[in-house]
Amino acid sequence: MCPWLTHDPLDVAALLAEVSSEGCGATTVFLGTVRRSENDGDVVGIEYSSYDAMAEAELDGVLADARTRWPGVRIAMRHRLGYVATGEVSVAIAVAAPHRSAAFDACRFVIDQTKERVPVWKKERLAAGTERWVEPHGG
Amino acid sequence: MKVKVLVFASYAEALGRGELDVELPAGATVADCVAKVRKATGAGVPPAPLVAVNRRYARPEHTLSEGDEVALIPPIAGG
Repeated sequence: MCPWLTHDPLDVAALLAEVSSEGCGATTVFLGTVRRSENDGDVVGIEYSSYDAMAEAELDGVLADARTRWPGVRIAMRHRLGYVATGEVSVAIAVAAPHRSAAFDACRFVIDQTKERVPVWKKERLAAGTERWVEPHGG
Repeated sequence: MKVKVLVFASYAEALGRGELDVELPAGATVADCVAKVRKATGAGVPPAPLVAVNRRYARPEHTLSEGDEVALIPPIAGG
């Protein structure tokens, strides 16, 4: 089983170490964090859940697609499951490439594709103690 | 034939469970399976949800086989 999904806090330094290579002159990192939106119910955290086996397989596919489109890139990513409090990192992606354009483009591709095709769901927990499922809205 | 239906997130909450076995005639499609689940459980699942068969996205006209794992997937919201 691939390790893309985890219930543990994310270690960005470990991801950078995974992609580090003397042949790569550019490294990009994307971090998605749980956002507080006070005009929208005051989110205090998000409970993440997934269809684990399919999510791992879809992430395999996303990363394989990225490596095909940008040969030579090195990619590491983790997506958290379970409860993630506001301000904490829920998804982290590190991409190293020989040159910066591939590093930027592949990193964006991986987060965009993740949001589009990987079966993960969010349930927001609000300050008032209520909960609600998040519908996708392109953010 | 029998298939195993998995439901997740808001759909699981609406149905009060995460999986159920569904009996279908040979040659039944994804759409047939969804219709049967809706009939058995009420309106907790929309008429045309995103579906995966054996962990791959599948279209409503996809023909099912004995033992397939059919997942009803609510709108994805990762990241």
